[in-house]
Amino acid sequence: MKTIELSINQKVHRIEVDPEMPLLWAIRDIVGLKGTKFGCGQGLCGACTVQLDGQPIRSCQTPVGSITAKQKITTIEGASTRLEKIVQAAWIEHQVPQCGYCQSGQIMSATALLKSNPKPTESDIENYMSGNICRCGTYTRIKAAIQTAAKNAQTKSKS
Amino acid sequence: MSLESRRSFIKKAGATGLTFWLGLSYVKGSNTPVISMVAKSITPLIKIDATGITIFNPKPEMGQGSYQAVAAMIAEELEVSLDQIKIKNTSGEKEFGPGQAAGGSSTVRTGYNQYRKMGAAAKEMLIKAASQSWGVSPESCTAKEGKVYHAATNRSLKYEELAEAASLLEIPKEPKLKDPKDFKLIGKKVNRPDIPLKVTGKAAFGIDAESPNMVYASVERCPVLGGTLKSFDASLTLKMPGVIKVISADKIMGKYTSTGVVVIANTYWAALQGRKALKIEWDTKGFENFNSSDYETKLRALSNEAGIIDKNIGSVESLNLPADKVVEAFYETPMVAHHPLEPMNCTVHVQGEKAEIWTSTQVPGSVTGTGAGDLAKLVGLKAEDITLHAGFIGGGFGRRLYLDFIVEAVNIAKQIDRPVKVLWSREDTTTQGPFRPMTFSKIMGGLSADNQLIALQHKVISPGYFDAMSPTWDKTKVDGIMVEGISAQEYVIPHMKNTFVMADYHVPVAAWRSVTSSTLAFAHECFIDEMAHKANKDPLDFRLGLQPANSDTSRVLKKLREITNWDKPLPAGKARGMAQWDFFAGLSAHAVEVSLAKSGAISIDKVYVVIDLGTVVNPDNVKAQVEGAVVMALSAAIHPCITLKNGKVEQANFDTTPVTRMSEAPEVIVEILLEGKKIKGVGEPGLPPFAPALGNAIFALTKKRLRKLPLEVEFV
Repeated sequence: MKTIELSINQKVHRIEVDPEMPLLWAIRDIVGLKGTKFGCGQGLCGACTVQLDGQPIRSCQTPVGSITAKQKITTIEGASTRLEKIVQAAWIEHQVPQCGYCQSGQIMSATALLKSNPKPTESDIENYMSGNICRCGTYTRIKAAIQTAAKNAQTKSKS
Repeated sequence: MSLESRRSFIKKAGATGLTFWLGLSYVKGSNTPVISMVAKSITPLIKIDATGITIFNPKPEMGQGSYQAVAAMIAEELEVSLDQIKIKNTSGEKEFGPGQAAGGSSTVRTGYNQYRKMGAAAKEMLIKAASQSWGVSPESCTAKEGKVYHAATNRSLKYEELAEAASLLEIPKEPKLKDPKDFKLIGKKVNRPDIPLKVTGKAAFGIDAESPNMVYASVERCPVLGGTLKSFDASLTLKMPGVIKVISADKIMGKYTSTGVVVIANTYWAALQGRKALKIEWDTKGFENFNSSDYETKLRALSNEAGIIDKNIGSVESLNLPADKVVEAFYETPMVAHHPLEPMNCTVHVQGEKAEIWTSTQVPGSVTGTGAGDLAKLVGLKAEDITLHAGFIGGGFGRRLYLDFIVEAVNIAKQIDRPVKVLWSREDTTTQGPFRPMTFSKIMGGLSADNQLIALQHKVISPGYFDAMSPTWDKTKVDGIMVEGISAQEYVIPHMKNTFVMADYHVPVAAWRSVTSSTLAFAHECFIDEMAHKANKDPLDFRLGLQPANSDTSRVLKKLREITNWDKPLPAGKARGMAQWDFFAGLSAHAVEVSLAKSGAISIDKVYVVIDLGTVVNPDNVKAQVEGAVVMALSAAIHPCITLKNGKVEQANFDTTPVTRMSEAPEVIVEILLEGKKIKGVGEPGLPPFAPALGNAIFALTKKRLRKLPLEVEFV
């Protein structure tokens, strides 16, 4: 057991954990933020995607002890930047989620994509998002929502 | 609504004696006058009090859109908008009556008129209450946006103000329903109110359950399916940090019971680590020698058995058709897993004789005893002692129709005096089943001299669904689920003999989105295509030619012809195939366009779907369901399936049993037909025709007839 400081959504949490425990369980079961989901435990489905200093990571594959207090973790609950709100609005506009279980991870991946590539092509989107499984099959809507969000982020930043 | 307030509401509603039960059946009801008690519930699914209007959804939301659909059907007639109301999923409470279950594409199919009547009855009562307080006739009042108006005197009262008086009135037995032309919600693209919760991480799924002092459990179950526990040594596990207890617990799936070893710890991670240190001896009962490839060989051999008759008309045997008019083919489909993205989980707190359960289930009523099935009996408790908190479901697809994971969790919780969250890993979720059963099909067809399809024999060889569910199933009977749809297509074929051969099987099988139609449609509709080619006819014309006048299927096929420009040939290098399927849940037809990539691989370019509904509540949601059904059908049609070797499932996670990813998802064009008289389902009917339409398209492109799923061909 080790004391670890985690900065999640701009709040510091000091927790006592096995440093080998995946970040996912620290976020969900110790800090208590349930929006980040467990899907496969092997980094294969993307349901557990959170951002670490803006980069999407698979929290089920990241030992909590590998993270320093200086690194900023963003989960779906902390998705509150202008871009993140634009992405969420696009998700609603395209009525993307069905069961919704994968969508926190989809949105965390999509916002990371748009940060690094504000005007993604269709194949950029497919490549970047290929690690996020949606068993309900909302892929074409996710793609459309990312395109809408990209457009809205551009337009609104110009105005 | 907090749990406490929900409980107090139920208590009050129950105490009023309101018996306006509106689940699957519309039962007449009458009120007991209430003087001292404020009756806050107009009907069980509609609650109006000073704080506002709540509509309860008894159909667990698993992505199919019931959360919005039920609310829309009630709200339409109640005359409230969706942003005026709160929507709550029910949890199998007795007060909400029977029918608290999601499955069989049933929400709108079976509930359309009932939910509307419920809203209309409440509206009539509110209008009557207002008219009485004003001393005017009900006919002179109108309801709109949650208020009753008396236009002549320019007065209005909010539903919240009228609820108490309205709840004391007689419930109208046959309330007047709105003319569909006046609909504001039904048939319109209305945003789903669960979606904002799902893009912000706020939707609470079963796995998100939290209870004070909760611990976690991970279960090592016999990797050889059919086996069970002999003995275990937990001495190393018990020394590991965080581990609290190691016990054993029974899981019941259909007629099979098996015992697993349970590690309870203060975190899920600690439980998982502890599980790795267990030493277990399993009793594998000879199943350790089982290979699914051997079982397939057995199914092929069994195809020579006569089988049990499902349908027999005309006289197939006495036809003596010439060999050049007869086609015989053998089709094979595999087991697949449901792969809901939310792994199986169940949290239970047992205190004395009482159990409190948090989970994602398609059958809340079966958990609490208000519906079919009975958890209470399986775990030795009384139904009235079971309380459920049903979450949003992170994918059901049929997997969460079963109680196995709940039974196991209750059995675990009985052995610890704290709430325990039993969480299955993805590997547990995949390797333990249950699975969609494989079906093998031996099919023969015969043409008349003028190339009409006059004879068809479809023999299904497969495990039995009912046999897997019940030890007392009579094996001499046809298993209706395993022959689903093969005798129900709207084809007029004068000589037809469909049969079923059951093969004993110890691997747990289950309904999987669209049930056995998801495999039998592949065999049946690819074979119809074979007959069309034998008859030298266009496959769509051939199917149309088999239809009686004005059949639902002919309407669907004609629309498919129109939206695909079927009669206009595709450019060189492209081809298309089509299929239809009519079964208990509904009817749709698909056309799939494919092309050959330079690499020689098949590219799935476009999918057209016509779905026959009779009515539509939310057309955008229907489109979403069909898009999703195509993606799910594609997964099962082209990706590796579930196989067993030495008794164990060979696939465990999404690397070995992949599902469709974004780059593979084709464009799907959806056309909804509303002309039919019959109200049909949405969640499943968009699935079965995809695999045969794809197989038929590949035949059209390559002249290669693929008779086995997953399709053995390279895809882009």
